[in-house]
Amino acid sequence: MDVKRLNRRGLLIGGALIGSAGAAAALRDGQLGAPPREYGGTMPWTEGAADVPPIAEPGGFRFFTDAERAFIEPAIDRLIPPDSHGPSASQADVHVFLDRQLAGPFGRGDHFFLGGPWPKGTPEQGYQSRLSPAQLYRTTIPAIESYVGHQFQGATFKQLSLPRQDQMLKELESGKAALGEADGQVFFTMFLQNVLEGYFSDPIYGGNKDMAAWKMIGFPGAHYDYREWVPRHGQRVPFPPVSIKGRPGWSEA
Amino acid sequence: MVTRLPPTDVVLVGFGWTGAIMGQQLCDAGLNVLALERGVWRDTPTDFAPTFAQDELRYMWRHHLFQNLANDTLTIRNNVDQQALPMRRLGSFLLGNGVGGAGVHWNAQIWRFLPSDFKAYSHNKERYGAAAVNAYDMTVQDYPFTYDEIEPYYDMFDKVCGTTGKAGNLRGQIQPGGNPFEGPRSSEYPNPPLPLTYGPTLFAETAAKLGYKPFPHPNGNMSRPYTNPLGVQLGQCTYCGFCEKFGCGNYSKSTSQTTILPYLMTKSNFTLRTECQVMKVEKTVDAKRATGVTYIDSAGKEFFQPAEIVILSAYVLQNVHLLLLSGIGKPYDPKTGEGVVGKNYAYQTMGSVNVFFKDKILNPFIGAGALASVVDEFNGDNFNHSGLGFIGGGYLAQMNTGGRPIEMIYTPEGIPKWGAAWKKAAAQNYLRSLNISCHGSMMSHRGNYLDLDPTYRDGFGRPMLRMTFDFTDNERKMSAHIVGKAAEIGRAMDGASGIKATPRKGSWSVVPYQTTHNTGGAITGDNPRNSVINKYLQSWDVSNVFVMGAGAYPQNAGYNPTATLAALAYHSAAAIKERYLKNTGPLVQG
Repeated sequence: MDVKRLNRRGLLIGGALIGSAGAAAALRDGQLGAPPREYGGTMPWTEGAADVPPIAEPGGFRFFTDAERAFIEPAIDRLIPPDSHGPSASQADVHVFLDRQLAGPFGRGDHFFLGGPWPKGTPEQGYQSRLSPAQLYRTTIPAIESYVGHQFQGATFKQLSLPRQDQMLKELESGKAALGEADGQVFFTMFLQNVLEGYFSDPIYGGNKDMAAWKMIGFPGAHYDYREWVPRHGQRVPFPPVSIKGRPGWSEA
Repeated sequence: MVTRLPPTDVVLVGFGWTGAIMGQQLCDAGLNVLALERGVWRDTPTDFAPTFAQDELRYMWRHHLFQNLANDTLTIRNNVDQQALPMRRLGSFLLGNGVGGAGVHWNAQIWRFLPSDFKAYSHNKERYGAAAVNAYDMTVQDYPFTYDEIEPYYDMFDKVCGTTGKAGNLRGQIQPGGNPFEGPRSSEYPNPPLPLTYGPTLFAETAAKLGYKPFPHPNGNMSRPYTNPLGVQLGQCTYCGFCEKFGCGNYSKSTSQTTILPYLMTKSNFTLRTECQVMKVEKTVDAKRATGVTYIDSAGKEFFQPAEIVILSAYVLQNVHLLLLSGIGKPYDPKTGEGVVGKNYAYQTMGSVNVFFKDKILNPFIGAGALASVVDEFNGDNFNHSGLGFIGGGYLAQMNTGGRPIEMIYTPEGIPKWGAAWKKAAAQNYLRSLNISCHGSMMSHRGNYLDLDPTYRDGFGRPMLRMTFDFTDNERKMSAHIVGKAAEIGRAMDGASGIKATPRKGSWSVVPYQTTHNTGGAITGDNPRNSVINKYLQSWDVSNVFVMGAGAYPQNAGYNPTATLAALAYHSAAAIKERYLKNTGPLVQG
């Protein structure tokens, strides 16, 4: 019974993703350009119109340049380093996640209001940059490298010892690093959040490779029905994690 | 070029919870009802099917079901001496969009306010003296009705939702196992409470040992299959842990989609138009009546929709924005205290206590929206405030709403936010920690209000709404008090190895998520000098305009706001059907 249901689920997702998912998703996501519609007399429903998630495509880098990768890959492994608990951020492909996110709607600032004017504002007023996330990464990484070079005789971030890399990241976090026009603290806040997103989100977005981050903490993922576990207080739920796309060993047939 | 459309009896501006309630009530009374919704149609199998609903990144962090700020936002500041700047990214509150509104992504926490909450001014003044209600520049007011007057409408909403819970006060008789502080209920909950997971069980056991009377959180997460009075069916919750901030793929969470729309959408006298943004309520030359609304659809075309009754049923912030843009009611001025539109904007004062265990496996991911045990001893005026220096309070709840790992990994005090120490703490504590929510009230204050921004304009060229808001010492003292009580319970939990207490301190910040419980700005009262709308939510100034939602609250109680705004909508609908249709005009003389 279980196997049958799980297979059906894999099939539903697999099938739906072949359609014109991209266009449907864009128009459903609060974008201008969706046609006005009128409904009446019946409960509306359209076959095959499921608003399926925008799965990250495999392949090479879409957003990051080589120079940017030389900062991003070591930096994410200081935020989430390798150890016996679980993979580092780069071992979990968080850099791939970041690349796909920055190349897509999030990177373009979808769901951000970026209109002016742009006074600095108070910390309580939150993000007040005129930059989209992609622009923020693109303009801040060179400023960080320039700051690192100035501090350490022309070295790049990647060339620093691990304690010095940590020191640089802490200076960004605290706002101590003077980056000229760029704002290291605003960047760091977004960067750390995005790294956590890549580590712990569903693997369909390119990170959390092999669901290893979920295994590390004991989260079963997109599991649907826990009713039989509700009264089993204090017991470990033995299921391996499952992604929206299923898990290794599931039959796609 | 504005196209004039054929008239309708009723136009609903916004189609979330109150739009669905008013649509159903007024269609059943035989009126032709047209709903205008700025967002898209949403239904369960299309928009949040169980094959892809459990996606933390897409829904919570990429805001897939929320209002897109690129098209529509507001400006924010803590006080009048600051320049308000745009809310460029959602954080503190997560506004809804589309059919069902924010009701699609709520937890379905279904609370009634206390009888004394409706008399916040006179009750507290009588018990603690005039100074207690006037301190901190508070502008607290009574509602123009009592709990007893709207109880039948709370009951109606419970039956539509299939609310689960255990009554604590049934027609005046205190019931074991329920909330002994609640107002009298006319009937038991339609469904029994959800069976509890480990965390809420531990919390209830500990609270009982300390002498409190814990009870299951009332909610719209189905404990069994349910068919509501409209014939709409809901299914049993499977505890998937993706409820708040997500759509339910299982028809197990009460939303307008799962309780009203399958009934309403088939009515021949109901029409819904989506992707239509209302610009303004139009009025007669003498400004005494509304003639209808103008709106722009997503193709960029502008229309005038004539209507006999205009119901503002969007979210509180949009309703107040439209009142200000349409010149309905006098805008509030914090300097003089005169005017009413935008007055008494309030929010919720949220605190929390994390409790850590060395070896208890709590499985936080086995969750449902409001799967929780609650202690209500420190809410409203359920305790003696003498000498405490504040009024109001809140409930304490161990909520097992889910264990989404980007949002809900708790680490002990002193652990950094990243690096090896963070990673080790995350791996150790995810399964072995819980969160006690301290859900506090927010009184109204002279300096907290909504008006139009002088600088920033929205995508339609209209001035943005401006929010001027901060917590005051009344809220900070209240939060310190109730979080302290929650910390005592946390420390006393069997096997607890440590706690982390987070009362609300400092100024309100738009950055961290707190709660989407914005209230006030279009408040209800007993005369036009202190309020925007009368007890039936009817505008004092333009008598065929009715304003739904939590904007009506003169201040915010320590409970989640949705059931009360639903009850007020049913109360309003009853007055429209029974009295207004026979004699259109003011239902209360101002």
